[in-house]
Amino acid sequence: MSQQDHLSKQYDSDLEDVRTRVLQMGGLVETQIMSAIECFATGNYDLMAKVAETDRRVNSYEVEIDDACAHVIARRQPAAGDLRLIMAVSKIVTDLERIGDEAEKISRASRQIYDRGRLQIPRSADVRQSANLAVAMLRRVLDAFARLDSVEAGQIIEQDATIDDEFRGIVRQLITFMMEDPRTISTALDIVWIAKAIERIGDHAKNIAEQIIYIVHGTDVRHTAFERHSPPGASE
Amino acid sequence: MSVKASAEGLDFYYGDFHALKNIKMPIYEKRVTALIGPSGCGKSTFLRCFNRMHDLYPGNRYRGEIRLLPDNVNLLDKAIDPIEVRMRLSMVFQKPNPFPKSIFENVAYGLRVRGVNKRAILEEKVEEALRDAALWNEVKDRLNEQAFNLSGGQQQRMCIARALATEPELLLFDEPTSALDPIATASIEELIAELKDKVSILIVTHNMQQAARVSDFTAYMYLGELIEYGWTDDIFVKPKNKQTEDYITGRFG
Repeated sequence: MSQQDHLSKQYDSDLEDVRTRVLQMGGLVETQIMSAIECFATGNYDLMAKVAETDRRVNSYEVEIDDACAHVIARRQPAAGDLRLIMAVSKIVTDLERIGDEAEKISRASRQIYDRGRLQIPRSADVRQSANLAVAMLRRVLDAFARLDSVEAGQIIEQDATIDDEFRGIVRQLITFMMEDPRTISTALDIVWIAKAIERIGDHAKNIAEQIIYIVHGTDVRHTAFERHSPPGASE
Repeated sequence: MSVKASAEGLDFYYGDFHALKNIKMPIYEKRVTALIGPSGCGKSTFLRCFNRMHDLYPGNRYRGEIRLLPDNVNLLDKAIDPIEVRMRLSMVFQKPNPFPKSIFENVAYGLRVRGVNKRAILEEKVEEALRDAALWNEVKDRLNEQAFNLSGGQQQRMCIARALATEPELLLFDEPTSALDPIATASIEELIAELKDKVSILIVTHNMQQAARVSDFTAYMYLGELIEYGWTDDIFVKPKNKQTEDYITGRFG
């Protein structure tokens, strides 16, 4: 990736602005997930309302950043690395917005659980651990985006498998739980939705990592069985 | 996909100045190849080697070869008359340069020089060339008018018709739309897209987006060297060379 500045300082500034806004959106989404997990752990109704409200800000970011990308394309006809950056950003903000939605789903499902008044929440610790993994993955991928680190991105792609495994584990345990006591089914199902939302967050973080590889190497690794042992671009 | 022409180890000197350094590159048949690069990179110099324009001035020297296929002749061979070379190639320049003659006589000029003077044949070939240049409908009723009366874009299309009339194997364009407004430019670009079914095209342009729009292959040159050559799609999305990337993203400093 070029380190040199564009001849047009305004162009540099436009791209920097896009990058900064993506990171701001990422930070906000990260906070959303952490708030949502707290809603699950504590049943804090004020926090649930805050998560719902903040989701609107997340959606605004998506619209703004896509608009900024369209303007860069119209004004600058970006090529090569700049073009790949803009294309990737447009997809990354979609994934970030979806992560925001998943956080909101976690918050709403938590509300269902606490509305029912049931204080016993099965597999709560496992769910929280899984959530922490997902948050860490998101944090890592945003950092990798800031530094355009494709090696880190490759590692993040592999990490998604762990979250998928955890989700399956949680579901298996909840099924056993539901079979033992059918009165727990409603709550257990809410927890399955929460665990599913966490698993989806991991998927979206993985998508972002794939976009980072596209920005850096120009290789589209989506829908491929990504092999870390032969990073794209190595043969060039 | 076959090769129409090929530069092999081409060096060129303006006197002592080493203007082209070991250029090796193919020109594919019935495709558009664009030459891009900053001012002074040698792209026009390279283009003018093909039709031996440099022969017109003393002190210029070629080394290496430009081969034209299918007969694999070296265009730069001193034993070959430049006039013969120019019979097989045609060039269109940046500034439209109609001769001070009628539209008809402009387009027929090359044919007359070759000894074609039967009116019927000339009329047929002039019409065909003007149709190929997307100009026929606009001028068919005023072929005997002075070419200078045409608009800039029309003059340039007439120059293209003139270049096509002699049925060249390779068409050389030297910044053909630099002097034209956006609409005329777009019509010339459209024309180039249609022409490549008939003739191989090599185009020099300082407008990168034009190269991206019209060409199949792009060559990036800098200070007399060929830095990178490849499919236009690859050069503009994923160039291999950092210098190429810097130039096409406007980081060139």
